[in-house]
Amino acid sequence: MFIFLEAFRSAMRAISASKMRSFLTSLGIIIGVASIIAVVSLVQGLEDSITSQFEGYGSNSLFIQQRRDNYGRLIGDLTDDDLIKLRGIDGIAAISPQTFVFEYNGVHYEGTQHSADVVGVMPDFSEMDNSYPEIGRFINTADANSRKKVAVIGPKVRDELGMPENPIGEFIQYGPHWLKVIGVLESKGQMMGQDLDNYVYIPYPTAVGIMGYQAQPFVIFVARVADVDRIDAITERVRSTLRRNHGLRADDENDFNIQSSDQVLQSIGQITQIITWVFGGIVGISLLVGGIGIMNIMLVSVTERTREVGICKALGATRADILLQFLLEAVIISLIGGVVGLALGYGLGAGVANLIPNFPPSEVPFWAIMLALGFSSGVGIVFGILPAAKAARLDPIDALRYE
Amino acid sequence: MTTPVLISLKGISRTYRMGGETLHALDGVDLDILTNDYVAIIGSSGSGKSTMMNIMGCLDTPSAGQYTLDGEAVSEMTGKQLASVRNRKIGFIFQSFNLLPRVDALHNVMQPLVYQQVSYRKRKKRAEEMLERVGLAGRMGHQPNELSGGQRQRVAIARALVTAPSILLADEPTGNLDSATTVDILNLFDELHREGQTIIMVTHEPDIADRCHRQVRLKDGQVIEDVRSGQPTNSSL
Repeated sequence: MFIFLEAFRSAMRAISASKMRSFLTSLGIIIGVASIIAVVSLVQGLEDSITSQFEGYGSNSLFIQQRRDNYGRLIGDLTDDDLIKLRGIDGIAAISPQTFVFEYNGVHYEGTQHSADVVGVMPDFSEMDNSYPEIGRFINTADANSRKKVAVIGPKVRDELGMPENPIGEFIQYGPHWLKVIGVLESKGQMMGQDLDNYVYIPYPTAVGIMGYQAQPFVIFVARVADVDRIDAITERVRSTLRRNHGLRADDENDFNIQSSDQVLQSIGQITQIITWVFGGIVGISLLVGGIGIMNIMLVSVTERTREVGICKALGATRADILLQFLLEAVIISLIGGVVGLALGYGLGAGVANLIPNFPPSEVPFWAIMLALGFSSGVGIVFGILPAAKAARLDPIDALRYE
Repeated sequence: MTTPVLISLKGISRTYRMGGETLHALDGVDLDILTNDYVAIIGSSGSGKSTMMNIMGCLDTPSAGQYTLDGEAVSEMTGKQLASVRNRKIGFIFQSFNLLPRVDALHNVMQPLVYQQVSYRKRKKRAEEMLERVGLAGRMGHQPNELSGGQRQRVAIARALVTAPSILLADEPTGNLDSATTVDILNLFDELHREGQTIIMVTHEPDIADRCHRQVRLKDGQVIEDVRSGQPTNSSL
């Protein structure tokens, strides 16, 4: 402990004696750690935001989608008949299709245009999505059965179109279609860069009618199971029902995907993890370069201080004393770089998240802090050991004679 | 009553290989140094003075022969043990002072005690006492480049003495000093000798060698003359 403390003391003395050089030496580490922390904090912030959005659905949700082939083309179809059969499964409390209509650009009201997402849903959707009307009502079964051209709009759509505070009974225009406003939803704010108040919900059959000529519209069925403990059994029921309904034989592959919200969260987690590791790997190279910079400067420093090493040896320093002093010097330089880089990366991540509109706030997880500090001191040890060993090996007589 | 032998060199040789040739820097040197001896080692350049100093100072190891310092067989020691001997038993004074740069006088004097694992407070106290002893009480916070040559050599002497070594080795200690300062430093050595310190000094100036009580002359790596002009005084005056 004593020898460690003393080595630390002399290392600090040597570092503060040449502040500018020490700073420039650690710059590589600073940049490397700062970029790691910035990237990780942004990706983590994004993941947290996506996760919390899916958590809104609750862990008792199932997402049923058409499968895509390797080229991204949709295989199979999810039909109204599927919907009716699935609704019949015991244990499914609610189910609604969800399809985005992209036929026309934006909605109009009295000459004002506004681009909003037009989504076809069934009455169950209101409860599953926690979308409740503030004024008027949500789509009901009658609307769906008779393909009524009605719409429930988010508050932002109303405001952007300059509609009256209570727009019930007003008509908005979507392409050639006139949609009667029957309700305005409660405001839900923004999530992950998406404005949750900027939707126009119409009955699912109406949406299918508008998209008429498309053979295969992209549809997701969102289902809620009554008892989350039975979710696996119910998933299996959904699978067999759909297979039977699609006339698939025993050795045919499914032409659909079923995911629980847990699975969706998992795959999102996997994606962000991959992003983190890929960026981390790229940034790791910059830490390697930074480490080589440290080694280079330490080698120069050892040569410069050869005589000093000789003096210390004449005064009784052992190899271990000298080794520890130079090694600690390298570790301290890179650790300081790590700490500065951490602060810088934190600021950078927060700044970028602020600059990009609707981007979720950045977040630095604890493991990233430990990783950055551990990695930078590791770099100091790995790249400091060679110069330190060189200093420790110096012959005292030669070192004392060195000019 | 015989004065104890502090340093015993028996058949010490030191050879270097230069290209194909073998160079005998020291060639079978036998020498005993007694406690409280005040020895000048003289000889022309290349006579082996420095090699002998390095070996006595445990900076170099002999190629052959037995070196016993204060009862310890130094020639058998490992690098770590040699470092410990340098630290505890030997005080070095160099011609070019060899103070640590960027480190003030006080911390220079404290440095040898670091390797003895003496606590900071005790180090500081002993270093302060030693700097007062060499007359630098007011210069403790000065860095080497803020001190005159004489002052630097006094710091170096304080540093050499702070561990209370058995032997003080001085390699041309006044070689870089003007004559007035040289006299000051030599007076300090005389004083230390009177107090019982064993001193070995390499010099090539006859005046300085005359102040010592024993002159050992080297030539071609061998002792050719060993003259005692005074007896080692006993430390218990």
